[in-house]
Amino acid sequence: MDGVRVLSKRFFPLGLLCLFLLLLATMPLYAQPYLVILLTTVFMYVVLTLSWAIFSGPTRYISLASAAFFGVGVYLSAILGQALPLPLVIAFGGLVSFILALFIGLLTLRLRGMYFIIFTFGVSELIRHFMLWWETNFTGTVGRFVVAVDQTAVYYVMLVIFVMTLLTAHLMRRSKFGLALRSIGEQEEAALHIGINVTHLKAITFAISAFFMGAAGAIMATRWTYIDPSIAFNPLSSFMPVLMAIFGGTGRLYGPILGAAILAFLEEVLITKFTYYYMLLFGIILIVVILFLPNGLVGLFKRR
Amino acid sequence: MVIFLDVVVGGLIMGGIYALIAVGLSLQYGVGRVLNVSHGEFIMLGAFATWSLYTFLGISPLVSLVICGPALFIVGFLIHRTLFQYLRGKSESIGAFADSSLLASFGLLFIIQNIALIIWKADIRGYSYLDSSVSLFGSLFSANRLIALLFAVGISLAFYFFLTRSRLGKAIRAAAEDPATAQVMGVNIHLVLAICFGLGALMAGFAGVLISMMYEIQPAMGLEYTLIAIIVVVLGGLGSITGSLIGGFVLGLIGSIVTYFDAGLSLIAYYVIFIILLLIRPTGILGN
Amino acid sequence: MRLLEGRGVTKYFGGLSAVFDVDFDINEGEIVGLIGPNGAGKTTLFNLISGAHPLTSGTTRFKGENITGLRPNQICKRGIARTFQLVKLFGNMTVLENVYLGSLFGVSRKINGSDAMRLSLELLEFVGLSAVGAIPAKELTLANQKRLEVARGLATRPELLLLDEMMAGLNPAEVAQAMELVTRIRDKGITIFMIEHVMKAIMSVCNRIMVLDHGVKIAEGTPNEVATNRKVVEVYLGE
Repeated sequence: MDGVRVLSKRFFPLGLLCLFLLLLATMPLYAQPYLVILLTTVFMYVVLTLSWAIFSGPTRYISLASAAFFGVGVYLSAILGQALPLPLVIAFGGLVSFILALFIGLLTLRLRGMYFIIFTFGVSELIRHFMLWWETNFTGTVGRFVVAVDQTAVYYVMLVIFVMTLLTAHLMRRSKFGLALRSIGEQEEAALHIGINVTHLKAITFAISAFFMGAAGAIMATRWTYIDPSIAFNPLSSFMPVLMAIFGGTGRLYGPILGAAILAFLEEVLITKFTYYYMLLFGIILIVVILFLPNGLVGLFKRR
Repeated sequence: MVIFLDVVVGGLIMGGIYALIAVGLSLQYGVGRVLNVSHGEFIMLGAFATWSLYTFLGISPLVSLVICGPALFIVGFLIHRTLFQYLRGKSESIGAFADSSLLASFGLLFIIQNIALIIWKADIRGYSYLDSSVSLFGSLFSANRLIALLFAVGISLAFYFFLTRSRLGKAIRAAAEDPATAQVMGVNIHLVLAICFGLGALMAGFAGVLISMMYEIQPAMGLEYTLIAIIVVVLGGLGSITGSLIGGFVLGLIGSIVTYFDAGLSLIAYYVIFIILLLIRPTGILGN
Repeated sequence: MRLLEGRGVTKYFGGLSAVFDVDFDINEGEIVGLIGPNGAGKTTLFNLISGAHPLTSGTTRFKGENITGLRPNQICKRGIARTFQLVKLFGNMTVLENVYLGSLFGVSRKINGSDAMRLSLELLEFVGLSAVGAIPAKELTLANQKRLEVARGLATRPELLLLDEMMAGLNPAEVAQAMELVTRIRDKGITIFMIEHVMKAIMSVCNRIMVLDHGVKIAEGTPNEVATNRKVVEVYLGE
């Protein structure tokens, strides 16, 4: 009897997860098209937030470069979309973002705290303005068209990216690298002194998180069909993951997912009728969370 | 010669604005340890309030300086007294407070910007005030820009003297350098921190008024100025208010020179300088 | 065998020399003490050895290999571990996790999870913290936090352990326990270089003592020799 109970305790959440994923995978077959599109957007936010949390969660280095990595994916999709098949485009989106993040990460080894935050934001904005300037002066027109892809395909790709991000986040958390990342967030100097190659670990983790952002950008571009630097590198893409992760809480794996899902749905519900009010609401939520729920929703559930 | 004057005066005009906003941010960060990313939103509020006052009540922007500045000072003071002071009390370390206050100011950014969007909608606004041309050393400048320059420089100087000569100013500088000791010496640290934050908002308000005199404005304008303020503060040295003053003018001149060659490159130039600075000498040119 | 060697070790911060032209040798199996008034440069010297700060000039060698300019993680991998004057524990992680991390990333890369866990549990036993393995490190008493930091350092399987004021802030009973721990570590075959202010501890436990003052080495020898050295007495009495 005990064995059954223990078994069901361990496999129950896993079974639930599989059931849930199966549900999501078969959605397009019976759900309204609007719901499929909505879910795709939610997945996008979840991927951005979860991948942000892969690096920024344990290390406590708040990155505001998400827009840069997402945008790189968006632009690659526009540039390569006509020449290459979709899977390759997405892989490239992820890969180039990965390399960019590796480069930025190795460059900023010595920057900590505030400096790191504003540096990542500066890089993001630099890229945005540079693309704007480049397109104005060299391409002739600002913005590009992206090869459109069927909405169901977009949904599935996004779902796959989500599952991959989730798997990566989970495996990292449980590995010795996840533990090491947390120690970097706690006492970086001590982590260095017990043999952890902090520089490499930070850079690689940063790059891994960027990979998924780039991939997400590459597929979302096909939905928008027209993109320009302000859309691709919108600072909101840097701010939202932070807001959603803080709201959900970075202490557990489900925190960023829950936070992103809830706020993404909220945005969808409010965006058409109350465009400015929903951002106002997000700002209020953020302040309330910081004041009273510093560990986010995760902290709220842990207390019970 | 004419081009040179154009560039220099243009640089000083922008530099004056940059100096104001940088000093404001520096006060909030250097003393209060709050990196206020909503700083630009206060600038935007100052600009829009001026626009409304001029468009609907015919009040001159120069008078608005006296209205908007103190109003925003009060808003900033109250925000610090409530939000940031509470956070400071709750934080277990300076690092934790730095992070949580940054995030809280993000929340403020969303809130303030969207209140503005609700009130004024997303349209670009502008008004003309004193835009007749004035001839200066053979170059033509519009009067409002010259007046803005005058006020920017004037306010900066006045503030500099305030910091170095007045009792409150000295208390502020003491609090910036060593809060613990300052408190022991009888300085009401909580009051000083809130005043500093309020003064930061005051500077932003002034800058906003002056900006509205020269350029068109829209509710999303704030973030760009916040970033420029951060760049100047890093350039001049985090914590050095004099550094922010000088850094503002330096960046303004650099911007003017770059704009002469290609207007679209000025912001890029700022960011490149910023990034190089952070990588090579994060403490800034004049910092400690 | 000479384990650690420093020649002409110098460190300038701006215009000030924190450590100037210091030579030292630490031999295998020794417990060497490092004493001196506040600000003498003792912790700076440790920072230079562990790689936390780069040397301005001079060299450091470990087991014959030049380790000058290596990063702390590289130096740890070669067999030097340290504790910090102000304890730097991973506060929100458990006591066991702190030690476990040390064993995972220390000298040998190829250690597997269960071996590392076994080593960690042994070390917790060794320092007397078995009972509190599951508690967040920040909730420990100061004495226990210091022991945990030692355990974490030992988990990296060092040959040389640098102890920075391990006994600061401890009451006499705790000091005695700490002294006993130090001798037990030496008995395990680990060489110790320790900074200390608590004279009683230094005198009774160390084979040799080095004295720094204003960044310069002013004396070196057995505890008795150092205690009766005129320069040392002056420096301490003059405080």
